[in-house]
Amino acid sequence: MEHLELFFKSIFIDNMVFATFLGMCSYLAVSKKVSTAVGLGAAVIFVLAVTVPINWLLDQYILRDGALAWIDGSSNGEGYSGYDLSFLSFILFIATIATMVQLVEIVVEKFSPSLYNSLGIFLPLIAVNCAILGGSLFMQSRDIQTLGLATTYGIGSGIGWFLAILAIAAIREKIRYSNVPAPLRGLGITFIITGLMAIGFMSFGGMLTGGEEEEEETAVAIKTPAQEEINETATTVVSTTNEKEN
Amino acid sequence: MGLLSKKDQKLILDPLSDDNPITIQVLGICSALAITAQLKASIVMAVSVLFVLGIGNVVISLMRNIIPSKIRIIVQLIVVATLVIIVDQVLKAYAYSLSKELSVFVGLIITNCIIMGRFEAFALGNGPYKSFLDGIGNALGYGVILIIVGFFRELLGSGTLLGFKVLGDPIEKTGLYSIGYENNGFMLLSPMALIVVGLIIWVQRSKNPALVEEN
Repeated sequence: MEHLELFFKSIFIDNMVFATFLGMCSYLAVSKKVSTAVGLGAAVIFVLAVTVPINWLLDQYILRDGALAWIDGSSNGEGYSGYDLSFLSFILFIATIATMVQLVEIVVEKFSPSLYNSLGIFLPLIAVNCAILGGSLFMQSRDIQTLGLATTYGIGSGIGWFLAILAIAAIREKIRYSNVPAPLRGLGITFIITGLMAIGFMSFGGMLTGGEEEEEETAVAIKTPAQEEINETATTVVSTTNEKEN
Repeated sequence: MGLLSKKDQKLILDPLSDDNPITIQVLGICSALAITAQLKASIVMAVSVLFVLGIGNVVISLMRNIIPSKIRIIVQLIVVATLVIIVDQVLKAYAYSLSKELSVFVGLIITNCIIMGRFEAFALGNGPYKSFLDGIGNALGYGVILIIVGFFRELLGSGTLLGFKVLGDPIEKTGLYSIGYENNGFMLLSPMALIVVGLIIWVQRSKNPALVEEN
């Protein structure tokens, strides 16, 4: 149940593209055709599913405050348990991602040339895709509890990103036939469409609360921008990023 | 800018308008949009990118002859990651609440495509001084858009600028609010960032038809 909830939450409510703008660069650059969009989307799902659990292990056993306690079995800040290496997480996460992408590329090339031909060209692009690093950083800041949940989160966010790029690619293929004002053509209209789609995705915000019954309890757990907006008084200004963080 | 030659001026000024990293090259959107609900956060983000891109471009340009081309992406990532860690630690030390607000988006400067893009396109082939100017120029171009978006979103969304109530007090009904003006809370939500950038692109391209895309 927990897994299912996180899965759907990461696909729809916390959608990488529409809620947090992650991976926008490749989202905009590679969404001209559906077929290439599918290739990149599949590669993103794959890499997120691999790197988020690995980074979860790194975070749990090396980086976070007191995580090194397993080395000498100490506790309460004595010996190894006194170290807090979390400032290293950026560099360690990005190194893991870059190596994993390289490794995945080599393995896929060896064992499945056909998959390599369809995914191959996208893999190097992925190392610098914000969605991948963002997945790991959100996993860390949202404090995901178990390895299984981290895997679910990785796959779910990947699928969310896949859906987003598939949808925009399909729309862009069709929009060629419409009469868009000249200055908006291409990039401008894509931004606006994405904005409208993001508004649409905000309506998924109430999905897991199932109406008003559990409002109190789940509002804390989910904190969609929509709910936050209602609670917001005119005097307190809370940025959207902040809302998602809490 | 009497100090700089014509060519060097071009390096800085081009990215501000006709070769803007966000609206023309479409780079670095990822971390740009999410933090623009407030002007202050936008400014901090712009300054952070200025620092990382300026220094990073110089470092990469100095190392350009010793980096093996096969592993250059990893080398570049490590350089950026190191600089971003410095930014992150400084923010945590001197502006803790702001760093909480920016949360993961400081870390995401690492994968900001502007940075990798400039390393690949410029720093690997040019000397350190030119790379520095190029880095500063592109970071300024990025910062300008960020600040414009942040300005409108904060002004229209919460009626404040940098936290000052420039439009009057919405509760005591002073200033603009006394004649029935209301804040548009929608501007604070994430989709509006995209739409505001879309509108900026619209304005820019209608002023300069040469930038219009075919389709």
